Amino acid sequence: MAKVTKLTRPTLSKSDEVYLIGIFKGTLVTLKHAVKSMFGKSRGADSLNSSGLGVTMQYPEEKWDDELPEYYRGAPALVTDEMDRERCVSCQLCEFICPPKAIKIIPGEIPEDNEWAKVEKRPKEFEIDMIRCIYCGLCEEVCPEQAIYLRKDYAITGTSREEMVHNKERLYEIGGKRVGLVNKWNELK
Amino acid sequence: MEALIPFIIIIAKVVGITFVLTLPIIAYSVYAERRFAAVIQDRVGPNRTGIPLTIFGFKKDISFFGLLQPLADGLKFILKEDFVPSHVNKFFFWLAPALTMVPALVTLSVVPFGSKLFGEPLVIADVSVGPLLIFAIASLSVYGITLAGWASNNKYSFFGGVRSCAQMVSYEIALGLSVIPVLMHFGDLNLTNIVQHQADNGWLILPLWNESGHLFSSVFWNSPQTHEHLFLWIPMIISFFIFTISIFAETNRMPFDLPECETELVGGYHTEYSSMKFALFFLGEYAAMIVGSALIVTLFLGGWSIGFGADAWVVGTFGDWAGLIHLGVFLVKLVGFILFFILIRWTVPRFRYDQLMKLGWVVFFEAALINILFAAVIIAKTRGNLSNTEFFVALGGVIIFSAVMFYIAKSLERMLASDNKSEIKS
Repeated sequence: MAKVTKLTRPTLSKSDEVYLIGIFKGTLVTLKHAVKSMFGKSRGADSLNSSGLGVTMQYPEEKWDDELPEYYRGAPALVTDEMDRERCVSCQLCEFICPPKAIKIIPGEIPEDNEWAKVEKRPKEFEIDMIRCIYCGLCEEVCPEQAIYLRKDYAITGTSREEMVHNKERLYEIGGKRVGLVNKWNELK
Repeated sequence: MEALIPFIIIIAKVVGITFVLTLPIIAYSVYAERRFAAVIQDRVGPNRTGIPLTIFGFKKDISFFGLLQPLADGLKFILKEDFVPSHVNKFFFWLAPALTMVPALVTLSVVPFGSKLFGEPLVIADVSVGPLLIFAIASLSVYGITLAGWASNNKYSFFGGVRSCAQMVSYEIALGLSVIPVLMHFGDLNLTNIVQHQADNGWLILPLWNESGHLFSSVFWNSPQTHEHLFLWIPMIISFFIFTISIFAETNRMPFDLPECETELVGGYHTEYSSMKFALFFLGEYAAMIVGSALIVTLFLGGWSIGFGADAWVVGTFGDWAGLIHLGVFLVKLVGFILFFILIRWTVPRFRYDQLMKLGWVVFFEAALINILFAAVIIAKTRGNLSNTEFFVALGGVIIFSAVMFYIAKSLERMLASDNKSEIKS
């Protein structure tokens, strides 16, 4: 059973009852805070990398990129492995798990004469609609080949809907190369 | 042609003081409010709006710390849709915004903005009823707000209108009563003369801050005028407090902004308004704030005077241009007061409505009445109109009156408290 503590209102002293004094004190507190904020000395201004006025960072000029945590979920992107092989085998798990249905994959065969012919499949088209994407990271979590990762890019802009759809080329450009765990195709172990 | 010159001077004054001086101050006090509020809350505020050079193909915009923000705001207000809901009373709906803006601007006509510029006093109308005219016209703005609330045909707006009506009427009394000791002291209702008097003999709440500056001469300390100034210090400071706080209530500023409190009444009386009509309410509030600050500065803080002999020096050095220096001094005081208004806004939380009414009727009304009698006795004594016995009898009378007032206030408070309790029980 929760313990109930009954609180009583504190009785006001005479100087509190004439609340002009209280208001005067409060004004000084506000003023002190304002002066501090004006010189960038607000609490947390340092750790928030403030621009020198309040705790705010001036966004496009100053960016938070260096401070982004390891687990930051930005734009999803495809990666290649250390031998420049497309990791994606177009199993379409990410397409099926994607909650806002932002991913569209058209699977394609790898031709017989390719050195990675034994992988059999790779995406012919891989499109992520960044207007739909909610950066949930389920695609990364579900991928059995560790081919899709959420990178730290967060400023995804465009002037049209078409521009906001990342195609395969763009996805590999963002993703780049990633040395990783899945070595079942390249026999590196 | 000779006959036209006075008209030209008057028109120049009206245009200069109203459109060149006051309207930009109104616009920039909105900017100041936003920036200062931001600083108090550890934010930055509007600091981007400037000349958009990037539109013309340059690399960077010029922002000037966002100083063009008021311009952008004004443009936005003009370009927005002026929507009139179908359920409103059209005539009063259109009338109300004008009724809030116009009185505030009209009252500016009697405020002396500076001393003489080429022999012309920097005041539009040098009338001998200055403060009375301001009170008479400024109280008209309550019609604007009340009509807006009523014409909107909307429950929340109506609440806002009713609240503002009661609040403004209540605080008008404290406002009027608190200024009486001041006018008794000056014996004059002409604001230009009041400021001149303060420039010569010391500001009302800083009596040693006088023009002659001879603090160390025995003639100064022994003159009855100095005695009056010094003994009136306490009543004047009480007057100053009551007056300032009543101005806060009159202009619907923060601790008293019940007519438009966002958290309770959506937007209060201007909920249904948009575009330029809303802007008129918004700017009218700031105009009222500026007139209020101007009045406080004029009555209590020496208007355009610098003090300590600096006024004579300015007139001697700059001759006909001294008016501009004095105008600058007045504006500095005005801006200081506006910043004080903003500081108070972010310090004191909003009153509850019964607290507001209690403060107006039980505290300020009584305090102002006692203050008048107190100041009257002091003035009569220092001007030599009272013998010693008469003085003590009068002082006793004031004390008895104060005691009765305190008793009434206390019993009122007890009555209200018991009322509240019985309401809660039932």
